[in-house]
Amino acid sequence: MDTMIEPTAALRELSYADAIYEALFQAMTEDERVFLLGEDIGVYGGAFQVTRDLFHLFGGERVIDTPIAELGAAGVAVGAALAGGRPILEFQFSDFATLAMEQIVNQAAKISYMLGGRAAVPLVMRLPAGSGTGAAAQHSQSLEAWFGHIPGLKVVQPSTPHDAKGLLRAAIDDPNPVLIFEHKLLYKTKGHVPEAPYRVAIGKAAIRRAGRDLTIVATGVMVGRALEAAASLDAAGHDVEVIDLRSIRPIDRETLVASVSKTTRLLIVHEAVKTLGIGAEISAMIAESEAFDRLDAPIRRLGGAECPIPYNPVLERAAVPQVDDIIRAATDLIERGA
Amino acid sequence: MDTPLTKPLHPEFKTQPLLAAVFPLAESDARAALRQMMLIRRFEEAAEECYMRGSIHGTMHLSIGQEASAVGLCLELRRSDLITSTHRGHGHCIAKGADPRLMFAEFFGKDAGYCRGRGGSMHIADVESGNLGANGIVGGGIPIAAGAALAIKQQRRDDVVVCFFGDGASNEGAFHEALNMAALWHLPVIFVCENNKYGMSVSTERSMSVPHVADRAPAYAMPGVRIDGNDLLAVLQAGRAAIDRARGGGGPTLIECETYRIRGHSRSDRNRYRTKDEIDAWKARDPIAAFESVLRDAGLMSAADIEALRAEVAAEIAAAIDFAAAAAPPDAADLTEHVYIAA
Ligand SMILES: Cc1ncc(C[n+]2csc(CCOP(=O)(O)OP(=O)(O)O)c2C)c(N)n1
Ligand SMILES: [Mg+2]
Repeated sequence: MDTMIEPTAALRELSYADAIYEALFQAMTEDERVFLLGEDIGVYGGAFQVTRDLFHLFGGERVIDTPIAELGAAGVAVGAALAGGRPILEFQFSDFATLAMEQIVNQAAKISYMLGGRAAVPLVMRLPAGSGTGAAAQHSQSLEAWFGHIPGLKVVQPSTPHDAKGLLRAAIDDPNPVLIFEHKLLYKTKGHVPEAPYRVAIGKAAIRRAGRDLTIVATGVMVGRALEAAASLDAAGHDVEVIDLRSIRPIDRETLVASVSKTTRLLIVHEAVKTLGIGAEISAMIAESEAFDRLDAPIRRLGGAECPIPYNPVLERAAVPQVDDIIRAATDLIERGA
Repeated sequence: MDTPLTKPLHPEFKTQPLLAAVFPLAESDARAALRQMMLIRRFEEAAEECYMRGSIHGTMHLSIGQEASAVGLCLELRRSDLITSTHRGHGHCIAKGADPRLMFAEFFGKDAGYCRGRGGSMHIADVESGNLGANGIVGGGIPIAAGAALAIKQQRRDDVVVCFFGDGASNEGAFHEALNMAALWHLPVIFVCENNKYGMSVSTERSMSVPHVADRAPAYAMPGVRIDGNDLLAVLQAGRAAIDRARGGGGPTLIECETYRIRGHSRSDRNRYRTKDEIDAWKARDPIAAFESVLRDAGLMSAADIEALRAEVAAEIAAAIDFAAAAAPPDAADLTEHVYIAA
């Protein structure tokens, strides 16, 4: 199942939301232990219409509308996972996982270690994240790095429908707690998704575009923006490599070091606030690696501004990296080191 | 109003029989209360129109049909009293004394808005009139209300805090933790649950282990009262008793206002979880129409007076929208302003 067999006929396209739905549907069909918990995931179909009709297909015992009680629901999911269940918990917005930090950080992440490996917490958490919808400061955050800081958790950020399905399946099959940050702006985007179940390995980055002059490492919704920037940089004669990080814990050090060793320049782009973010981790990782001696320019990071996400749409756009910001930073790096 | 809905669950809590010999409101207050309810209704209808036309973005939660609880409670408050509000907070904000012009400016993302365009509908607040803010986090305001009441008590002020929240919020840990502390420390806070039967799509039957939110009060040794939240006079009466009690050092009360949200949860709601019959039944219990007939029956306002008031309110809202549309947007250069207050 790990190797994907591409059909030769016309490629089937699904939206990111439908790809997640398909992974849920297939896992629930194959394994009776798999069940869903979340707010308004039943008849409502989920705030972003991801669980759709699963309530009607699998019933209220396997698609559970919880009360509005994030801490309790996370704890219930941890307990069910410990006792042989395969819970998939949807946070309505990733921001609300802050109410459940105790169970995620102190319990789910540490139980296996604290108990000397004698217990497992095979728990999947789905978290719609990010800005761009006008939902303002408490519904637009990018908190993935918080969780990436905790040993015992795995954290992934799919940027395509294909990876949304494959990473979710990998998470369901994983015996550890896995958090999947789904970007709200991606739910309606479409791409090729094979119908048969498959896994995308957690911990492997993807080279979305090969290039020689600069490596851009991007996460989530920034992958598409980096690719757009790369296309216009290409027109200006700059050959940019774009890496989709996909997994922020574990992080694919090997792919990053190899790429930067080749291109000699590194730009990291993420939506989360720049200070103390994933970009800082990747910068340090490269600075500590054999790629450091090959650098022809300082490492650059683009990240969210040092403020909550504002409501006004112009301010909101200004608060996170846009295609033009990426083009400007990339051009500067390439020309500086020429 | 002789239904047994007003149900004190605590011996200390006494309510007066309604529509007794004396009408419970002065004539001017009665008119003001009707005006506030009409203002909230027209404000939200207009906001909804603006949203559909695309001049307001993001999301918004309308309290159409729930105006009586906001107005009934706030009518009894002083300006120095405080409230905490919710994601469904336009009514609370107006009832506590906010200016619709500055609210619309906020919805339009303008610099003149209450939050300088940074908050929008879900974070609407007017701290000067005593509104500590709407909240994007369900239950987020409940412990904050208890904390504000703690400060008031420490400072020996005789102000009170009214904490609005929904039925769904009463399932959050924050609700239970806050009620325990408020009762334990005899804080001057009134917890007002606007029970509109649903937390988004999930009914109270499917989310609560007890039938009524007020049933939770005895666990915290607090009076719990359940009232018809669409009856302004019932709200007023229960609110008055609870506010007097809190102001006098008697501690917190939990008031459950039974009401209904006529519109969807937010703009993206397809109403799959409830029936049209149910919605229609509640439309027939419109709190504004009900209070209008009370005023007419009591001879306090004529039908013509009422229509004149409605026209006055509509003009005020139209002017507020014109003001907001003409206001200047914020400068993107100020993006990180207000993250901290200068020390
Ligand atoms: C902590 C948290 N969980 C979930 C949500 C999403 N959400 C917003 S409003 C709402 C329903 C709230 O129900 P209730 O408290 O009854 O208030 P109502 O919307 O009915 O006024 C939900 C689930 C949220 N904003 N915050
Ligand atoms: Mg409700």
